[in-house]
Amino acid sequence: MDKAHIKYTLSWATLTLMIIILIFVMTMFGIIGPYGMTTIVLIGINLIAAVGLNLVIGMSGQFSLGHAGFMAIGAYATALIVTSVPTIFGFIISLFVGAILSGIVALIVGIPTLRLRGDYLAIATLGVSEIIRILIMNFKITRGPAGIFAIPAFVNWQVVFGLGVLSIIIVVNLVRSPTGRAIIAVRDNEIAAESLGINTTKYKVIAFVLGAILAAIAGGLRASFIQSVSPQDFTFMQSITILIIVVLGGIGSISGTVLTAVALGILDVVLQNFGSLRMVVYAVVLIIVMLFRPQGLLGRSEFSLKKMLFDSGGDHDKGRSKDA
Amino acid sequence: MTKAVLKTRELSVKFGGVTAVNKVTIEAHENELVGLIGPNGAGKTTLFNLLTGVYKPTSGEVVIDDGDQLVNINQLPPYKRAQLGIARTFQNIRLFKSRTVVENVLIAMTAKNRPYVVQAMLRTPSFYKKEAQNREKALSLLEIFGMTNVADELANNLPYGQQRRLEIVRALATTPKILFLDEPAAGMNPQETQALTELIKQIQVQFKITIVLIEHDMNLVMAVSERLYVLEYGKVLATGTPKEIQNNPAVIKAYLGEEG
Repeated sequence: MDKAHIKYTLSWATLTLMIIILIFVMTMFGIIGPYGMTTIVLIGINLIAAVGLNLVIGMSGQFSLGHAGFMAIGAYATALIVTSVPTIFGFIISLFVGAILSGIVALIVGIPTLRLRGDYLAIATLGVSEIIRILIMNFKITRGPAGIFAIPAFVNWQVVFGLGVLSIIIVVNLVRSPTGRAIIAVRDNEIAAESLGINTTKYKVIAFVLGAILAAIAGGLRASFIQSVSPQDFTFMQSITILIIVVLGGIGSISGTVLTAVALGILDVVLQNFGSLRMVVYAVVLIIVMLFRPQGLLGRSEFSLKKMLFDSGGDHDKGRSKDA
Repeated sequence: MTKAVLKTRELSVKFGGVTAVNKVTIEAHENELVGLIGPNGAGKTTLFNLLTGVYKPTSGEVVIDDGDQLVNINQLPPYKRAQLGIARTFQNIRLFKSRTVVENVLIAMTAKNRPYVVQAMLRTPSFYKKEAQNREKALSLLEIFGMTNVADELANNLPYGQQRRLEIVRALATTPKILFLDEPAAGMNPQETQALTELIKQIQVQFKITIVLIEHDMNLVMAVSERLYVLEYGKVLATGTPKEIQNNPAVIKAYLGEEG
């Protein structure tokens, strides 16, 4: 690792630390109340799910509408395990179990469906998500449509923040590696990628599985934070909520996803005074952004600290994303 | 004569009622430059797609020489054929447009390299070292083709001739044994075609690989090919050296029509 890399990693670390201190200070002075705290945690959870979805939609170019299904797997894994083992250890194990389970389901579902393209894949993943939800609704162990209540809470903003940063680092490091280059090659031109010896299905499945794992972690965090889960939390609308973050931020831009997750979270807080007008204003904001920036707020480009602070030019490694 | 690295036996493919390629038996030898010509719709690109695995044949077989044994690759998907040493370019350019020139070459090197996912995740020093080595390799390949000055340009921003050139470089980055060029001179002006002629000859000498070329530009085909196959209506009409083909009455008839 040469000096430039160290310098630039340190500058991201400093920025992250500054955000942490900012949140601490704001809590201390009462600027962020309990409601604000809830918002921050929910932003973080949406962000983890959205970063995973952006890997699938933005990087590998596979249009998936089934993200809610994978979130449900993670949420129920955490709900079931933590209610019987109500310790922090149980919670950590439950996140792993949810992630692995979700990854396996994604693998089984992904291998046949990722051969489909465009609309067909979207419908297939939507179907899978609905199947997961309906199974959960009918299994005895998941307690049907009522869901599971009184889940012990182990999630605070520090946990979500940490996992958010971690998932961004994992995704960004993957994208900027030979594996990520192959994934993007499949998105850019599948036929050409295949002619160069790249197993296109394998790379699509890698992105899909990792996306599902991140969704499951987001689901698990959500279950323990809200302290209840029910099948209604993971309908088609949940997939759309995450999809909106990805599309609005820019399909293929991780920093765009981070920016939008935060912006939409804050918008939600601002709009709570508008009562029923809230959804109208929200929709208008979406329409305006899509009219003027159809490629999303950041398009495919990434926010780069390196370019801002010490632009060396000609360096191929661009900026890394941050959490907020 | 040197040994054959690629052979087809009675290769046919049918699309509904149309037999696009009909019992084609051809072969290409080690380090040979084979031209494939024929009127529009003769089945040249279809034959390419059969050889590279985009289509599966209705009957017949494709065989390549892998080391010392002959391997039937009929059922292999394109990416496995590419890993066995078959590379190709496309009639309509298929670059990774959102990536830079050097990244296009790096992507082509992925299949041959062992992935280093763990190092990439942890950003260990060995990751940066490997990345630098790969980039170095890609740049040295680009240098052979005089493209180092555009290495960090987006592939989409290159002029047309350069894009065609990059497609060839990218195919070579997979270290192929056989290179298929599908109309590399399509849409090029005479100067560009001249440069391409030089380039193809250079590749044959420098990389010691077999090249199979589809081309409509007769000057180019006749200048570089050692042997030609002429296709018409999905069948091999004639084979021979460029000189023999030029004087073959059946070929002249196929191209110019019957006299009188």
